[in-house]
Amino acid sequence: MLVIEDLQVELAGKQILKHIDLEIKPGETHILFGPNGSGKTSLLMTIMGYPQYKVTGGKITFKGVDITHMPINERAQLGIGMAYQRPPTIHGLKTRQMVKICAGNRDDVDPESLARQVNFEDFLDRDVNAGFSGGEIKRSELLQLLAQNPDLMLFDEPESGVDLENIALVGTTIAKLLQKECSPTDLKSMLQVKRERTKMGLIITHTGHILEYLTADKGQVLYNGVLSCADNPRDILQCISEMGYEECVRCTLASN
Amino acid sequence: MYTREQLKERALKAKDKPAAIGPDLDLSRYDKAPVEHRYIDHDELLSLPPLEKERLVMAGIDITEKERGGTYIQKDTAVVHCDVKQDGIEVIPIKKALEKYDWIWDYYWKLVAVDTDKYTAAAELDLHDGYVIRALPGAKSVYPIQACLYMDKNNLQQNVHNIIIAEEDSELHIITGCSTSPHMKRGAHLGVSEFFVKKNAKLSFTMIHNWAEDMDIRPRSVAQVEEGGLFLNNYICMKPVRSLQMYPTTHLVGENAVARFYSIIVGSPGSEYDVGGRIYLKKPGARAEIVARTISNGGKIVARGHLIGEVPDIKAHLECKGLILNGGIIHAIPELEGHTDGVEMSHEAAVGKIAQEEIAYLMSRGLSEDDAVATIVRGFLSVDIPGLPPQLQAEIDRAVEESDKDVM
Repeated sequence: MLVIEDLQVELAGKQILKHIDLEIKPGETHILFGPNGSGKTSLLMTIMGYPQYKVTGGKITFKGVDITHMPINERAQLGIGMAYQRPPTIHGLKTRQMVKICAGNRDDVDPESLARQVNFEDFLDRDVNAGFSGGEIKRSELLQLLAQNPDLMLFDEPESGVDLENIALVGTTIAKLLQKECSPTDLKSMLQVKRERTKMGLIITHTGHILEYLTADKGQVLYNGVLSCADNPRDILQCISEMGYEECVRCTLASN
Repeated sequence: MYTREQLKERALKAKDKPAAIGPDLDLSRYDKAPVEHRYIDHDELLSLPPLEKERLVMAGIDITEKERGGTYIQKDTAVVHCDVKQDGIEVIPIKKALEKYDWIWDYYWKLVAVDTDKYTAAAELDLHDGYVIRALPGAKSVYPIQACLYMDKNNLQQNVHNIIIAEEDSELHIITGCSTSPHMKRGAHLGVSEFFVKKNAKLSFTMIHNWAEDMDIRPRSVAQVEEGGLFLNNYICMKPVRSLQMYPTTHLVGENAVARFYSIIVGSPGSEYDVGGRIYLKKPGARAEIVARTISNGGKIVARGHLIGEVPDIKAHLECKGLILNGGIIHAIPELEGHTDGVEMSHEAAVGKIAQEEIAYLMSRGLSEDDAVATIVRGFLSVDIPGLPPQLQAEIDRAVEESDKDVM
């Protein structure tokens, strides 16, 4: 479980997240909406532990451990992983090696078969992110998460820049990563299977396309550093597309 | 053709002439008297003391000779091992070649001027030895030829002259390692090399330097590439020296001739490196590329590159990237010189530090900060060299892996 309590964050001396409360239970996936610059990426980066996002108040707890000031790699080892929107290029490091790094150099992880799942075999011998298109970056990030297999996955606009042909691939892969693709078996009812889900997800989206491939448990709207709304994600999406984010301003004012 | 006397005369006049660049050496400080070492055969090579073996292996020498087409090993001033296993490839000590073969005079001092500076002069006035490696027309080297210039006697000045010839349509791969014995502290290595890549021939030359802290190194090399020829020149230096200065030059004299230089240098504290590459593009269709990766770990590195386009329809690119990790200086000097309309020349140079963003990215995949830095550095130093045989790429990769321990 991820628990965020009264989180306040500064970036370069400017407050960008204000009194955020958020709770993601095992098996839950939340969708994060919000206009550009509202602090969505900042929230993900803060959960991941990027030190330039300075926590000035509040607390983040994951699996019962206070991780508010924990280094990035320790959070990764605890089971947090992120699919970045614009990851840096690492020259001379092959994607194949990166996949092995993500897998903690475990022997049972085969980069080829993982890459096949996201149609990325041809990129294994290219430098990580070097000259990748928007859609290729998304698939590369998903490949890394497949190898890392974290318990909490943070997705920063996973479907932006992905062409129509690959959008389904990206959507179903995320659903699979988050255990949303499971079906009942002879031994377990659907309810039992659902109850046994452990993976948690927090997905930033502008378009909501991702909702066509997985069912999210909750939607949140981040507006100007404040979480202003928590509702059914489809309802939120509909509200935003009809009335725009201005309605969120009213909600924010109302909630205060 | 010059006579030996004329060469000696010109050398004598230049014997005190400082080099155009780099710290000047007082050569009177070193001994240059020949040092006797007896010839060792293949079996003896295998039973060398472990420490010496290790020094050879570090310099890229396969002492089992299994994956090598031929071997030349010179210890101090004496040739201690020289054999070749492949037809069509010749490996001959240069002193023997000068005595026995007339053809050598078509090559000896034909590209490097004997009076360039005091170092070239010394190589003529007190020549110890060196190797001549030649691929006959059409010959293709199955395995690379290896050469090693090993220094054992303290305070020696080793004077070497090498000639490498890839005849028409031949393919020749050479790995050459320079190293010192574990106890050696001080010395100088002066090495003249002349490369002839003839029509449609392919030559790759990979040099790995493994010197000691108080060594002064002054290689002098010039290559000439004819029509359709390819010259690949790789240089790796991960170990300390006192000073190393070289500016190998290549002349692309035939249409569609290609030269590519790759160098990887890690500069240790107290070491001074002035290393560059210069390529003249003299015929249409010529292509040149210079790629340099340097890391300063407290040393001083001057990384030069100079491309000269003399005719239209040539393409040349220079890439010079430096990382300063633990202090030191990296001075990148990229130069482009276009002499006519229709040249296409470019360069990119960068000196900096490791991006925090890259470290964080790798940490979010589970690596510790130190491992993330090491991974980025290894990536920075690893360059893919198209056309290089896998055994040689493996040697370069190994040298880079090895350097990790020193850099971190």
